[in-house]
Amino acid sequence: MLGLGADRLRADMNRLLAFLFHQGILDEQYLQLQQLQDESSPNFVSEVVNIYFHESEKLLRNLRSLLMDREFSDYKKMGIHLNQFMGSSSSIGAKRVRNVCVAFRAASEQNNRAGCLRALELLEHEYCFLKNKLHELFQIEQQRVLAAGVRYPMQN
Amino acid sequence: MGMATEAQFHVLAVDDSLIDRKLIERLLKTSSYHVTAVDSGSKALEFLGLNGSHEDGQRNPSPASVSLDEDQHQQDVEVNLIITDYCMPGMTGYDLLRRIKGSSSFKDIPVVIMSSENIPSRINRCLEDGAEEFFLKPVQLSDVNKLRPHLMKGRSKEMQQNISKRKGMEEILTPDRTRTRYNELEVV
Repeated sequence: MLGLGADRLRADMNRLLAFLFHQGILDEQYLQLQQLQDESSPNFVSEVVNIYFHESEKLLRNLRSLLMDREFSDYKKMGIHLNQFMGSSSSIGAKRVRNVCVAFRAASEQNNRAGCLRALELLEHEYCFLKNKLHELFQIEQQRVLAAGVRYPMQN
Repeated sequence: MGMATEAQFHVLAVDDSLIDRKLIERLLKTSSYHVTAVDSGSKALEFLGLNGSHEDGQRNPSPASVSLDEDQHQQDVEVNLIITDYCMPGMTGYDLLRRIKGSSSFKDIPVVIMSSENIPSRINRCLEDGAEEFFLKPVQLSDVNKLRPHLMKGRSKEMQQNISKRKGMEEILTPDRTRTRYNELEVV
């Protein structure tokens, strides 16, 4: 009965992953992360993803404060933030977020402030969506581990 | 240090991105390498025992000028391979490559460059200037598997050097032949 719970949760997880891949939110790099997780590094994926969340939110704050500054002109600095965001997104398989960064960078290279603002809005939205989905994924995984680990003392 | 053939290979990883450091560290550990990860080229040089921040007008370090600088430095820690990101603030991976290859103590350490950007001229320049491999990010396990031959080559070279060193030592120490060998030593 418990095995069934763990199996169902695993199916839920796979379904969610399939959805995320299908929508282009995640790519194969995320699978690479999962493959690197094992008994010697059992929390690898969540560790890396949590670092990603932390860094991304800092970058988003920086980008927003740059653009909100009325006298903003440091597109070069914005480019540096964007390159960092692109790199880290690519490293965890956050495909859609990365693609928005690419468009954002293009607007930045054209010194197109309005375009940058629009790109930032989109980036914040995509990032938010990704974060929610990854949290969902981790929650299911956690439940699955618990379900798989619980043993009844007696069986009839 | 580290002369036993069974000792793990030690890889020095250099990347300013924390996430990428975590990734490369995990990839390397999964492949049974011992890893040291640092976040800049200058920290990498410091770790090796090369004074990284010592500029002294050495903009384009030629082998001669760099070895003057670190004449006294043996390899403090045994490093069998260096894998570095290309784009880093301050010293780029390419700058680090040049420093390593320009150093008499460290030029034989294989260097691998990683980059998120696929720029052929950049890749060619790195390979021409001594990088063994150039990996596009995100780095995969299949990339890390390509490191082993470079590490094995380094180790067999090291073993060859140790064997000939030891042979030389034995000849010096054998009492019967001291007189004859002494002459040979002077020639060397």
